[in-house]
Amino acid sequence: MQNSFYREIINDHNLHPVNKHELQDANTELRGVNPSCGDDIVLRLKVEDGRITDGAFTGDGCAISQASADIMLELINGKTLEEAKHLCDIFLRMIKGDASPEQIEQLEEAGAFTDISHMPARVKCAVLGWHTLDNIIDQRIT
Amino acid sequence: MNWNDVRNDFPLIIKHPKIAYLDSAATSQRPASVIEAEQEFYVNYNANPLRGLYDLSQEATERYETARQRISEFIGAGDPAQIIFTRNSTESLNLLAYSLGATLSSGDEILVSIMEHHSNIVPWQQVCKRTGASLKFVECDEQGVITKEAFEACLTDKTRIVSMTQVSNVLGVKNDIKLFASLAHEKGALFICDGAQSVPHMPVDVADLDVDFLVFSGHKMGAPFGIGVLYGRYELLNDMQPFLTGGEMIEFVTREDATWAEVPHKFEAGTVNAAGAYGLLAAIDYYRSIGFENIVKREEELSQIAFRLLTDIPHVKLLGSKDANNHNGIFSFTVEGVHPHDIAEILNSDGVCIRAGHHCAQPLLKHLGVSSSARASLMFYNTEDEIVKLAESLKSIRRRMGYAE
Repeated sequence: MQNSFYREIINDHNLHPVNKHELQDANTELRGVNPSCGDDIVLRLKVEDGRITDGAFTGDGCAISQASADIMLELINGKTLEEAKHLCDIFLRMIKGDASPEQIEQLEEAGAFTDISHMPARVKCAVLGWHTLDNIIDQRIT
Repeated sequence: MNWNDVRNDFPLIIKHPKIAYLDSAATSQRPASVIEAEQEFYVNYNANPLRGLYDLSQEATERYETARQRISEFIGAGDPAQIIFTRNSTESLNLLAYSLGATLSSGDEILVSIMEHHSNIVPWQQVCKRTGASLKFVECDEQGVITKEAFEACLTDKTRIVSMTQVSNVLGVKNDIKLFASLAHEKGALFICDGAQSVPHMPVDVADLDVDFLVFSGHKMGAPFGIGVLYGRYELLNDMQPFLTGGEMIEFVTREDATWAEVPHKFEAGTVNAAGAYGLLAAIDYYRSIGFENIVKREEELSQIAFRLLTDIPHVKLLGSKDANNHNGIFSFTVEGVHPHDIAEILNSDGVCIRAGHHCAQPLLKHLGVSSSARASLMFYNTEDEIVKLAESLKSIRRRMGYAE
């Protein structure tokens, strides 16, 4: 993460997360863990009529895992499960260096993680929240 | 001793003059003499050892068995048959857990310390699941000290095996193995010493410590990957059942059954890593050429410097002892507000290699109330400049992570 503009976005979401808190009226939750490095989060969503109307996470981990989860929740709030799944898909492909600039634009601030594709050691941190979200959506849809 | 000359013995250090390699507790760098020895083996003596009746195979066998002999001398083991080659400490401990575990039953107890590496916990957990034996942990205090009282409180008439590390890979603290081994023996228990972090840094003598088994890895002391050692007392090894079975560890094989080869070959199934053993022999020769007293002195000096610089940095919290002498070149720390992964990444961008995470010791970190930490570890080839570089980089971390100071 050498680019200081992106570093600032990540630092800001790590130090001052908007969506890191309990969510009393959540109706779905899932834990996500990176066993090798100890990142550990619980993602909670409130889903009504197939639409995510609120979301939050708790837990602890490195700046990249925490900022990524925080930014993800900002992005998916108000989206349908299908839309959120589509964004997950773009994010995971971006991390593999496999998404177009137009697709990355749909990710808004989450596009800050595009450089992670050059940092294999941090990939697991960046995708933790997104993988957890992806698993939740798969559970809800099937 | 000219330590700059010593650095020039390490090809990787010459190739990467700007990297400060401070992760030797994970794996050490290799001197040229070891790399050349492994190549020399393949160029000059390569054949499957212990089998062939031709000269080349006998040459290979001779190197392999000479390595066994010299390793035996290196740790004061006497009869070289008491040295078994494995891949690493983990495999040595798995061998012991499997073979000794087979003699345990419900009601028996295995005692380990809370500061063990996962390799000295998980195999015993598996033994307990198979046999109904129970696994107990003796705890250390906040500074990493396991007291005689704490140890005695955990030792019972049911304790059959005690397995303990000599130096913690997280705290660097050294356990009084000689004392604990003698207490274990008074209760009739066997004592296993994990020497992975001690054998590369201090003279270890199995006769003096009076341990029943000692395990260590070659790769943490300059030898190639994939060669490790298990020392065991002959009569114990002789009574134990083999771990891996198959080629070259048998005496006679019929359609139904087999009898075992003599110790140590009973425990060395399949084609062995003879070139690795020859590389380990070269590593031991390298240690001898520098001299253990010089190595110990140098690592103590570097430890003192690291302790002083790290404890001086605001927001850096060192785990373990408040006495520099109890760190043995291993410094685990946290930086307030910065996750260890982020510490490692920023240090990497400054050319400083350290470890971050739980160091394969989750029960210890939980006991200390820390979820993960960063770790810098030293070896005699490190320099004061490298430690200064670590400290300078650490001083800038909070600012780079967006904190005001």
